[in-house]
Amino acid sequence: MNALNTIAVSGAETLLRALRAQGVDVIFGYPGGAVLPIYDALFQQNAIRHILVRHEQAAVHAAEGYARSTGKTGVVLVTSGPGATNAVTGLVDALMDSIPVVCLTGQVPTHLIGNDAFQEADTTGITRQATKHNYLVKRSEDLARIVHEAFYVARTGRPGPVLIDLPKDILINPAPYDEPATGPHRSYRPRTEPDAARIAEAVRLIKTARRPILYTGGGIINAGPEASVLLGEFARLTGAPVTSTLMGLGAFPAANPAFLGMLGMHGTYEANLAMHGCDVMVNLGARFDDRVTGRLNAFSPGSKKIHVDIDPANINKNVVVDVPIVADATLALRALIEAWKSDATRQDRGALADWWARIETWRAKDCLKFTQSFEPGAIIKPQHAIKRLWELTRDRETYITTEVGQHQMWAAQHYRFEHPNRWMTSGGLGTMGYGLPAAMGTQLAHPDALVIDIAGEASILMNIQEMGTLAQYRLPVKIFILNNEYMGMVRQWQELLHGSRYSESYSAALPDFVKLAESFHAVGLRANTIDDLDRVIMDMIASDQPVIADIHVDRFENCFPMIPSGAAHNDMILGPEHEQEARDITDEGLVLV
Amino acid sequence: MNAIVEQTLRSATISVLVENESGVLARVIGLFSGRGYNIDSLTVAPVEDDRRKSRITIVTTGTELVIDQIKAQLDRLVPVYRVSDLSREGPHLARELALIKVIGQNQNRAEALRLADAFRARVIDATTESFVFELTGATDKLDAFLDLMRPLGLAEVSRTGVAAIARGTRTI
Repeated sequence: MNALNTIAVSGAETLLRALRAQGVDVIFGYPGGAVLPIYDALFQQNAIRHILVRHEQAAVHAAEGYARSTGKTGVVLVTSGPGATNAVTGLVDALMDSIPVVCLTGQVPTHLIGNDAFQEADTTGITRQATKHNYLVKRSEDLARIVHEAFYVARTGRPGPVLIDLPKDILINPAPYDEPATGPHRSYRPRTEPDAARIAEAVRLIKTARRPILYTGGGIINAGPEASVLLGEFARLTGAPVTSTLMGLGAFPAANPAFLGMLGMHGTYEANLAMHGCDVMVNLGARFDDRVTGRLNAFSPGSKKIHVDIDPANINKNVVVDVPIVADATLALRALIEAWKSDATRQDRGALADWWARIETWRAKDCLKFTQSFEPGAIIKPQHAIKRLWELTRDRETYITTEVGQHQMWAAQHYRFEHPNRWMTSGGLGTMGYGLPAAMGTQLAHPDALVIDIAGEASILMNIQEMGTLAQYRLPVKIFILNNEYMGMVRQWQELLHGSRYSESYSAALPDFVKLAESFHAVGLRANTIDDLDRVIMDMIASDQPVIADIHVDRFENCFPMIPSGAAHNDMILGPEHEQEARDITDEGLVLV
Repeated sequence: MNAIVEQTLRSATISVLVENESGVLARVIGLFSGRGYNIDSLTVAPVEDDRRKSRITIVTTGTELVIDQIKAQLDRLVPVYRVSDLSREGPHLARELALIKVIGQNQNRAEALRLADAFRARVIDATTESFVFELTGATDKLDAFLDLMRPLGLAEVSRTGVAAIARGTRTI
């Protein structure tokens, strides 16, 4: 080796250089033996900030929050063995919701792999089905290429988590640096350009539709902010109503009269009936999830279906469609708009007006209606708490994350999103404990914004240790707990489906959340009755500290409307406000979750 | 209108050209087990001089929609170059090899040898009480031969699974 021009750079340093080249400025991580060389390299530089979480699962959710609120790729760094296995839930969460994350895991030295060494786990084996792709770096000369490739794979096509397993000797030994490749990947070439003939076919279908609907999903958000702008234009051109999945909220402004609200299991009456009764359905970046379709053989039986998805494997997976378009949502919308303008077919505006008249009759049901008493000492309705939270924060730059359960659905129904990237929730995997770490990552990316985790008292305890991270980095995340002393969604299903036998769903032995906040150097607030609610929300917003607001709400409130398991869209249960009896659920429906 | 969903099962022979890297076979198998697809036969070996590419041949059974899903799911794996449904994309050849041990005496032995000759199976090992036959052919030919050997003292079989390729000038 020529000592004059070869300065040995360690694998860890090469790794950081590659991360910098990929635009990484924040890493969420937790140290351990196998990754000590990386931590040593991090210590000696300032370009990349490391945020020390309290549990590896939270590192991944924080990276997800960072990614979803910025459109960038989130980065995680954990050690071998338990560090990697703790991250698995976060990886699957990111996989299900198509969130770009790169997870770096330490590994025992290459010569010890397979020997059941201390803190050894077969990380690439365990995470093969938990990631979009994963790598084990076995040769130092592959390190830089693999890091660049991992970011490329994570953010292109249908985004997702990519893991790189890094044996300790690879981190210590010299490793050459290579710039990112410029040409196409050898085997991975996602398709993003729509097929022009299919676009023309789709436009003709929509133009001749009498009852069209746009059904939009997380693909619009993932495609970037331009897709949301184009969606607005396409909706205006077509005059069609717009409904959104849980993942897609914010892509189309909730205040726009064409927005019917969320669809699906806890979607609005008007959205679900419009889906059921439409004659042309345009799915833009959604995947016909079972929470959305209800009973498949009764799903929108009279419609022609157009499906725009970047993942060819989503086409005809659950629902057979008439016009599949494999493309990025931005490119597809741009092509649809151009084709719309150049196609001479005239729309039947009369039929469209009739369609809207029908939709307005469904909307008049006011399916999200609830009654809040304002008598002194009245119990707070959870829906009202969310409604007031929205009203008191809507004029600010506000980001909302959630945990999983009733509070999540109430947030989706009653908090109204006007912009993309403002709503971070665990949709596909339904991970309790997601919201607090996701809020952490969001706050890191948007230090001056108001970031609120709408939580339940059960979910919040799943990653409550992250209060320590909030304190350490002075992240003023607000945790807004709808405390009904039950795992509310479990209790609701037990009430409706299992004879009100509340098996293990009561939140016994809850902590005092005010004291808990204080012990973590945060502010604790509590609202017991309606008299306290507005003051607590305003105090929470006004604080520059992390805050836990413990909002005691009606313990037996259920989340409606609801499409019971195994039922069709036109077979929803409306709430007690609508005095409709809960109906019997078939055995077939009972086995569904 | 929900399109009429074809429920008829069919067998598909799918060739997959993949990067020859560790874990790639596990990815393919994990995809099949994780999503509940059938594997009737699976073969894999490096096929290029530099040995950077391997070819996996999978025989699977499913409805038309499931087979389309399988192809799409395979195609989105990062180390996959190309997925080809040989049974749909024109005529193709499919062959497998079997090593078949038959143990027997007298009449059975002579009969086994006669049938092996008719099937063009080669004798690659023989003792006074046994033969090992090597037989190459389509799956149904191998099945037919094995059925005939069963009453004649069929003792053990080792099959390679199907290797397949398109007829004519078409390549993967």
